[in-house]
Amino acid sequence: MNALARHRALSRIWSSQPGWRGVISTVNHSDIGRMFLLVATLFFLIGGVLAMLIRTQLATPHSAFVAPAIYDQIFTMHGTVMMFLFAIPLLEGAAVYLLPKLLGTRDLAYPRLSAYGFWCYVFGGLMLVFALLAGLAPDSGWFMYPPLSSSAHSPGVNADFWLIGVTFVEVSAIAAAVEICVSILKFRAPGMSLDLMPIFAWYALVTALMILMGFPPLILGSILLELERAFGFPFFESALGGSPLLWQHLFWLFGHPEVYIIFLPAAGVISTVLPVMARTTLLGYRWVVAAAVALAFLSFGLWVHHMFATGIPHMGLAFFSAASTLVAVPTGIQIFAWLGTLWKGWPRLTLPMLYIIGFFFTFVIGGLTGVMVAIVPFDWQAHDTAFITAHLHYVLFGGFVFPMLAGLYYWLPQLTGRKRFFRIGEMAFWLIFLGFNGAFLAMHWVGLLGQRRRIAWYPEDAGWTAINLFSSISSFVMAIGVAMVVFDIALHALLAIQGSRNPWDAGTLEWAMPTPPAPYNFASIPIVRSREPLAADPAIGDQIARGEYFLGEPRGDLRETLTVDAASGRPEALVIFPGNSTLPITLAAATGAAFLAALIRAYWIVPLALLLVVGLSLRWGWSQDAAAYPGLQNVGRATLLPQAIETDRSPGWWGSVFLLVADTVLFGSLFFGYAFLWTVGPNWPPPQWLSLSVLELALGLIGAAVEVIGIRLAGRAVSRSSPSSHGTLLALAGAAMTMAALAMALTRAGQLTDYAYGATIFVMIAYAFIHAAIAAIMICSLAYRTLRGGASCPRTSNVNIVRLWTDYAAFVAATSLIATQFSSYLT
Amino acid sequence: MLTGSAAIFALVMLLLLIAYRRTPAPHQSERRQERFWLYGLGLAFPLVTLAALLIYGLVLGETLLPKANENVVTVRAEARQWSWSFGYADAAGRTQCVLHIPAGRPVEVEITSLDVVHSFWAPRLAGKLDAIPGQVNVLRIEAAAPGEYHGVGAEFSGPGYSGDAFTVIAHDPASWAAFLGRAKE
Repeated sequence: MNALARHRALSRIWSSQPGWRGVISTVNHSDIGRMFLLVATLFFLIGGVLAMLIRTQLATPHSAFVAPAIYDQIFTMHGTVMMFLFAIPLLEGAAVYLLPKLLGTRDLAYPRLSAYGFWCYVFGGLMLVFALLAGLAPDSGWFMYPPLSSSAHSPGVNADFWLIGVTFVEVSAIAAAVEICVSILKFRAPGMSLDLMPIFAWYALVTALMILMGFPPLILGSILLELERAFGFPFFESALGGSPLLWQHLFWLFGHPEVYIIFLPAAGVISTVLPVMARTTLLGYRWVVAAAVALAFLSFGLWVHHMFATGIPHMGLAFFSAASTLVAVPTGIQIFAWLGTLWKGWPRLTLPMLYIIGFFFTFVIGGLTGVMVAIVPFDWQAHDTAFITAHLHYVLFGGFVFPMLAGLYYWLPQLTGRKRFFRIGEMAFWLIFLGFNGAFLAMHWVGLLGQRRRIAWYPEDAGWTAINLFSSISSFVMAIGVAMVVFDIALHALLAIQGSRNPWDAGTLEWAMPTPPAPYNFASIPIVRSREPLAADPAIGDQIARGEYFLGEPRGDLRETLTVDAASGRPEALVIFPGNSTLPITLAAATGAAFLAALIRAYWIVPLALLLVVGLSLRWGWSQDAAAYPGLQNVGRATLLPQAIETDRSPGWWGSVFLLVADTVLFGSLFFGYAFLWTVGPNWPPPQWLSLSVLELALGLIGAAVEVIGIRLAGRAVSRSSPSSHGTLLALAGAAMTMAALAMALTRAGQLTDYAYGATIFVMIAYAFIHAAIAAIMICSLAYRTLRGGASCPRTSNVNIVRLWTDYAAFVAATSLIATQFSSYLT
Repeated sequence: MLTGSAAIFALVMLLLLIAYRRTPAPHQSERRQERFWLYGLGLAFPLVTLAALLIYGLVLGETLLPKANENVVTVRAEARQWSWSFGYADAAGRTQCVLHIPAGRPVEVEITSLDVVHSFWAPRLAGKLDAIPGQVNVLRIEAAAPGEYHGVGAEFSGPGYSGDAFTVIAHDPASWAAFLGRAKE
């Protein structure tokens, strides 16, 4: 087969359908990545228009442009859109599009999950856009502090849009994070050990792990606040044993890591682009990896620095102040590694580099003001003033938007296969750079003069008029610059001429393919022996196209790729991906229906929608297991590998591990909330404790033990290919026992609206009950397949996945029963 | 802090500029470059600077903390949407949106809220401290001289937030006594 025939065969196998059907049924990472980037950009423009409205309002004193009630919606939505609907999805889109190309593989670990995540994002985003257009948008500020966001002070549906819409969008972030983790660890080109990974992949891995640890506290907080708003569970009501500070802790447990979740991928872009522009390699690759990991760890230890003014004891403040300043060290290492790279090489002043210089300028200022506000006495004055607004924009715009624009112009030739022709980009850069600095430098100043953030008007005699007007005019200059970038990209995509394959002379694999990239990425999956395979061997692109590496011979309709050992990159198994499917968009719509029903308080629809979600999920899992050819497969280069689903640890197992990491953090946050209310909450102890029920405890713990043992027996039977279903039935009985015990405990949780204690233990037990039910459903499906036998007979990999979930369900059932049943003895 | 920040910023910009102006030295060992850029500038430099700054901040913060002092006057601030109500340990009655304090004496403000989260901020007297329902936070303020000081609610609290302000009037001893006397009537 020659290169052209191979290209035609692979294109037929991997292409999405033409037209609109393709949009809704594609599962290809290049398509999904582009769609993510496009929609995120649209939300950036929406958020930008909101920003312009804010600046119009503040341009003059006593502005009558919009009333405070509308203004509150505008600034709340500006923050919400930029954080949740622009920044996170944009970095997800960049990772989804780039990672398989950088890692030398054909797609991400779960193609349908990428599509599902994308549609959850779109549907959740549409909810918030609808709220904005209908004038029902959230208006309590993007961090939604209760009691302001509680039903007593925000009676409308506005806050519900935030809680439910944002949570729905976060489902997509979690999905993408699981996908990115497993893809980076398992779906790489053979030979690419962790040490040889492109630096961007390291950053993406750290970011994805941070999403898994950082988002669950906010998801939990949103669930609790929505339960309070909808049903009166008083988690944040201090008179009833709750605490408004609990929300602030949960929110900033998410909110501070979030800043680094946004910054790290951008830093990954810089670490990729800057060395290419300096015609050299990154100085201190391992240092930079270590710095990214250190940032991730530290960022979880400094959420309290957003709460310096809440009356926390000074010793506690000292700890968090130290952590907040310490975080500047790994940031400093990266900055100086980049500067050292520039010194080591011979830098060119290209458009991407111009944006990186813009990044250096703004981000260093943002970092330095960040150190200032980490110092407690300074923060007591600067907190909640325009100084903070200015600081966070220097960090986020400087640390995210500038690098992303650099990345956009860097990868644009890869994305479109065209050569930049129109020189609008340079002019746009200067407008954005000057406009941005004009707008926000002025805001530092007016903040130090005492202007609070989020005010809708200020008096003439405050003396802020000239500064605000200057800031507003500058922000419009910046907006014009952004519009020019959009115009430039549109012209480029439509009109520019065909470009060459590797215009920047880069060394990573995404440039070793024809551009625009074919849907299968690599005609054969290359062997990687250096960090810059294309620089080490410029002929690698042709060798890939000629099918000289793995999987160079397309078979039937199968979308095939390889998995590797996570650390060494040794080839491990053959993966057969699912093809185009409308299942993801259908499942996303069903999930959306459940969220929407909760939003409009049509609670009877929620179980129906969830039933649909369960049914579709089962179908999803089932259809993944169709094995075309059993046994060892020839993957080329005289290598025989098993299929991934016939190994003990399939991609599904890996994905479950990472999903359970996020789930454990959610459970841990719930425990944190329980302990927080117990120790810090005012008006504790509750009037009545949950009494100990030996029956519930015994039934629950024995059930947990039984299901754990049963699932192991089931696994043993499958690995011996014996048709026995005793183990499965035992596991099912165990799951049923824990469910019964938890259900009994739920009915005794007491009057849920009377006191935060009852509401909290109710949620803990309900969480365990839901997980017991998930395990039961999975075990049922396993039992059904065992009984049916034949091709649907479960494999070890299937049982191993169910075992993970069963073990976790047993763990949370035991933990929550013990933590609640003994509470009356703990006082 | 500002000078130090400006110096660091200038350093980074200078290093960036020189990178473009110099001709690269071709045979420098990567290990030596790492030692300079990463151990030196990346690790040692921020650690030293930040440690110094942190200690300075903590010491300063400690001096701002309330200390036992017999001369202390206690007042109580209650925030609500969108007004402030003040009570006095030494006098009955409450004042609305005006807080009276003696000048030249430490004053402890016991801050709480009746509805949502607010923040008490009289910029020229002290930093801000949140008013949280169900919780009392204590802020130490002191006015050096008699006069009127401006104060605002400094945590977003809903549509009336922009106009949520109060005044602190610091009295000389005579007029403070007069105020207490008036309040007792």
